[in-house]
Amino acid sequence: MQSPLITSFTVTSALGRGLAATARRLAAAETGLAPCRFETVDLDTCVGEVPGIDAHALPQPLRRFDCRNNRLADLALATDGFVDAVATASARWGAGRVGVYLGTSTAGILSTEIAYRHRDAITGALPPDYRYRETHNTNSVTEFVRDRLGLSGPALTHSTACSSSAKAFASAWRAIASGLADAAVVGGVDTLCLTTLHGFDSLGLLSSRPCRPWDAHRDGISIGEGAAFFLVERAQPGRDPAPRLLGFGESCDAYHMSSPHPEGEGARAAMLAALALAGLAPDDIDYVNLHGTATPANDAAEDKAVTAVFGDRVPCSSTKGATGHALGAAGAVEAAIALIALADGFVPAGPGLEAPDPKLGARYASRNEWRTIRRAMSNSFGFGGSNCSLVFGAAELPR
Amino acid sequence: MSLAARVAGIGVAGPGLANWDAAREALLEPAAYIRSPTVVPAPEALPPVERRRCGTNVRLALAAGFEAARRGGLLPEAFATVFASSSGDGDNCHAICETLASEDRLISPTRFHNSVHNAPSGYWSIASRSTRPSDSIGAFDASFAAGLLEALTRIAGGESPVMLIAYDSPYPEPLQAARPMEDGFAVALALRPPDAAGLLLGASISNEAPAVLANDALEALRRGVPAARSLPLLALLARGVAGSTAVEYLPGLALRIEVAP
Repeated sequence: MQSPLITSFTVTSALGRGLAATARRLAAAETGLAPCRFETVDLDTCVGEVPGIDAHALPQPLRRFDCRNNRLADLALATDGFVDAVATASARWGAGRVGVYLGTSTAGILSTEIAYRHRDAITGALPPDYRYRETHNTNSVTEFVRDRLGLSGPALTHSTACSSSAKAFASAWRAIASGLADAAVVGGVDTLCLTTLHGFDSLGLLSSRPCRPWDAHRDGISIGEGAAFFLVERAQPGRDPAPRLLGFGESCDAYHMSSPHPEGEGARAAMLAALALAGLAPDDIDYVNLHGTATPANDAAEDKAVTAVFGDRVPCSSTKGATGHALGAAGAVEAAIALIALADGFVPAGPGLEAPDPKLGARYASRNEWRTIRRAMSNSFGFGGSNCSLVFGAAELPR
Repeated sequence: MSLAARVAGIGVAGPGLANWDAAREALLEPAAYIRSPTVVPAPEALPPVERRRCGTNVRLALAAGFEAARRGGLLPEAFATVFASSSGDGDNCHAICETLASEDRLISPTRFHNSVHNAPSGYWSIASRSTRPSDSIGAFDASFAAGLLEALTRIAGGESPVMLIAYDSPYPEPLQAARPMEDGFAVALALRPPDAAGLLLGASISNEAPAVLANDALEALRRGVPAARSLPLLALLARGVAGSTAVEYLPGLALRIEVAP
């Protein structure tokens, strides 16, 4: 199959709402991380919170989906002309030929966490206005987005922790290649909740400072939230130039539930599979957006994998120091950042780096590097040893 | 447009349905089906630490998956896998939500890593030593059909063999009232490309109504557990002759499934 086109995309994270705000703050090497004041959480950590979620109301016919996660989804959808682009694609292909493939790790579980504080004192029942299907369930965000966009094609939700929304691209590719769909809305949405904040705290993986990927003194992650959506369409003659999804690669570590393979075996296999599907050699890649969570073990394992594939030749960075780790949305948020790097021609610096870890060998960009980027890779690795790498190509790629 | 694969092996773990032999018997002779609570099998092939830590969904999914691989005469590690479930581990989720609603919010690290939707996939990869690609997807009541489509698109893309494992188990109260579920159920289909041996399965999206089962107990199970939405397909596979049915998919949609020898 000719690699599919990405005819529209948008991202909202702690860096801001939409592509222009995100590109501007990446170019200024700013961070969206700040000390955590989320909900009732009392943890010594920084988070990447998206402003304005609480004030955003869902469209009236879809109010039953109301929760923090779907509010963020709606806020992001209504940005960068994405809804209109999907309407055009829906008219082009038919609403039943446009799939929806999203990734999330916790969907709207915050609604359940709060409902558990308000259980009936005698029966233990949840409050009568609690809605499971439209908030807590893994698929709630996909059902909301599909209804919001008026689509009726195939749909599912990937939930493989931090690789979730990267794997959504792979499903869209397979759906288009197999003829199941002609186009797909791909993306990821994850929002701050108590389970992940207290969960990562229980593992001792939260940094008290804005996270510092690839730094010698890195000491853990900063959790973020975010949403990014992509309109992926079957390539056809006569379409305007658009960036492309050139390939994806998936693997499992088969090693441990919450620690990566120490040699980065699974990560390396995912990167090599993505290159193979794209028909590219490592030196064809101009930028790698790392998973780069800033835990000592994760960055060390990813560095082994990256240097095994790319040596020290390809510029790479983790932008989690800017956005925080958006978990199930990280793959989508960072795919959008990779596409911004392709469009604007720069390697975005990884904010937070103070003292590069001398034990890490990858060519890590501590400052923005302005250069032509034709092809970019984005890495996403999750709990359960789930790995996914994506390769994107610029709109004007010599073919 | 239709996607196709050969069914190389089947695994089942459900109420009164200890394995595929029991399920096939019940589907061929529904009058003889006696429903009894699902026996959650001991986890196969996991190291002792993981064996102690894993929950109901993991145990159901592993049992069905290993059975399907065995019946297909294929090594578990050879499969790309698609894990499909409406939700994660209900007991674990309830325990975390209770802790987070209490004064002391310290949750256990094991509970946290078991809370991910892809826990069965993670434990499966450790148990089978498989480094092959693995999906963990959800689509509420359409999870089985969505997982089947995902597995079939992997076959169409040249991957083989591919294993679909669909599983669900109930939440405890109070979440059970918000998301009622009858019992635990898991089904696994070991799939190979259309040019391999086995029953040929073809699927396409349609807007017909899903098929229902004539037997009340089996129909209650079909409606009562998302993974058991697979039962009309399993009934076809049990008969082993050409036929067709419709399996529930997203609201207003079904998967039209044709089976041929």
